[in-house]
Amino acid sequence: MLRDITLGQYYPAKSVIHQLDPRVKLVTTMIFIISLFVAKGAAGYVIATVFLAAVIRMSKVPFRFMTKGLKAIMMLLLVTVAFNLFLIDGDVVLWRFGFLRITDKGVRTAIFMAVRLIYLILGSSVMTLTTTPNDLTDGLEKLLGPLKVLRVPVHEISMIMSIALRFIPILLEETDKIMKAQIARGADFESGNLIQKAKAMVPLLVPLFISAFRRANDLAMAMEARCYRGGEGRTKMKPLHYESRDRMAYAVVWGYLAVMIVAGRLLAGYFPFS
Amino acid sequence: MIKAEKVTFDYERLDEEGNVESTKRAVDGVSLEVRSGEFIAILGHNGSGKSTLAKHINAILTPTEGTLWVDGMDTKDPDRLWDIRQDAGMVFQNPDNQIIGTVVEEDVGFGPENLGVPTEEIWKRVEESLSAVGMLKYRRHSPNKLSGGQKQRVAIAGVMAMRPRCIVLDEPTAMLDPHGRKSVIDTARKLNRGEHMTIILITHYMEEVIQADRIFVMDDGRVVMEGTPKEIFSQVERLKELRLDVPQATLVAYELQKRGIPLPDGILQKEELVEELCRLKSKM
Repeated sequence: MLRDITLGQYYPAKSVIHQLDPRVKLVTTMIFIISLFVAKGAAGYVIATVFLAAVIRMSKVPFRFMTKGLKAIMMLLLVTVAFNLFLIDGDVVLWRFGFLRITDKGVRTAIFMAVRLIYLILGSSVMTLTTTPNDLTDGLEKLLGPLKVLRVPVHEISMIMSIALRFIPILLEETDKIMKAQIARGADFESGNLIQKAKAMVPLLVPLFISAFRRANDLAMAMEARCYRGGEGRTKMKPLHYESRDRMAYAVVWGYLAVMIVAGRLLAGYFPFS
Repeated sequence: MIKAEKVTFDYERLDEEGNVESTKRAVDGVSLEVRSGEFIAILGHNGSGKSTLAKHINAILTPTEGTLWVDGMDTKDPDRLWDIRQDAGMVFQNPDNQIIGTVVEEDVGFGPENLGVPTEEIWKRVEESLSAVGMLKYRRHSPNKLSGGQKQRVAIAGVMAMRPRCIVLDEPTAMLDPHGRKSVIDTARKLNRGEHMTIILITHYMEEVIQADRIFVMDDGRVVMEGTPKEIFSQVERLKELRLDVPQATLVAYELQKRGIPLPDGILQKEELVEELCRLKSKM
């Protein structure tokens, strides 16, 4: 059933990481990504690996769920590696064929690039796997709160996001229904080339759009009937509070970044490949 | 509680430049009064203006002419708009399109959040409202996985959590199966009896209005009949003229009457009919 699909890719489990405030997880992910870019040489990546492995371990999410996200960037990964591998100039040429050549520097950059990309995906997967979409939008609203001064409609953006999350399964179900109705009338969504397939989508998309607008209209009326009037003066049923574990997580994360910057540079000399 | 005086509403059709092309009168000079704690039903076939009238009570629409007061507040007064909406909650027809939260309890909390109720109080209200409609054990479920009747009860709880004095149910059962329909109507009745909530039920199912205190029948934007269920349903001919059904027991009694069996007017329920027939039989 379409309605059973889970949104985002939340993996329910009881772990320290799951219980953390969504803001902590958002900030941590940002810091982790930054750390990947300030990492110097192999030492930096060893530190990043230790940190990531520890977090994944603590999250109690099976590792294979993390690697799902990697499939999506496989192409990008291969292209990046290929470009770095073949086109970077170095001191020692290991292999040469026509204008293509592999150098020691090329190999190093390619490996680091690949690791960086993979860690980036793994890091953000940990966040999306351990946080419900709703918590994420809540966290985002609170984190971006200061932007209100710049007249960024933070509350509205997060409201739009959470309503979209609520309606995706409903619209999916509806798509399914319309599709079956059109198939019953002889519509063909399967055969033909790309253009014909695209054309076949028209009788699916038009009713879907009309119904989506009708739903939006109904929902807006229902929200007004329940006294919704924007973010001003609104209280929260589930306000976000920092607990001691959140403060600890912040300390750990900033500590990690500091270690990454300092130790990465200090230890650089002791590792090969730097 | 609610008082309407010559309420008239025109829907305007606009052409592409935004000029009024034509107007359609949906509600035409309706005057009525609803007392606190009453269970009112408004009947009418499609296009009779009953939903348009309902939207006036929540100040979603304001009268083109005439005035409507909710608890003494004029719905045209923009300063009292939110008080009116808090006071007269509204449940709509489509259960999917009025649930905002992705978890049942969050949806019920939406109204109080908008009113600026403190957090602990919201939790208290959510719990109370969900148990009032018998949905407390589903509090952590996703609304997408509930049945239609359950969704409508969540919607009623969402309105209850705002502590209104009156709930307007605009065809809440139109999209439900018989079982869901019964659960929603039973819930509305329970709130009316137990919590003395004023209920205004808009529907075209006759079976749902039998236990109402008073019924208004609308046709073509006007209130054409008004009275207790007994008074209304004893006029079977008139109801047929208005293209409305009568409850099955009433119809059987009516047909029997026509064939000369001396049954009283205004029989509404199966049990009543059986009782009357038994009495006749024992007399024979």
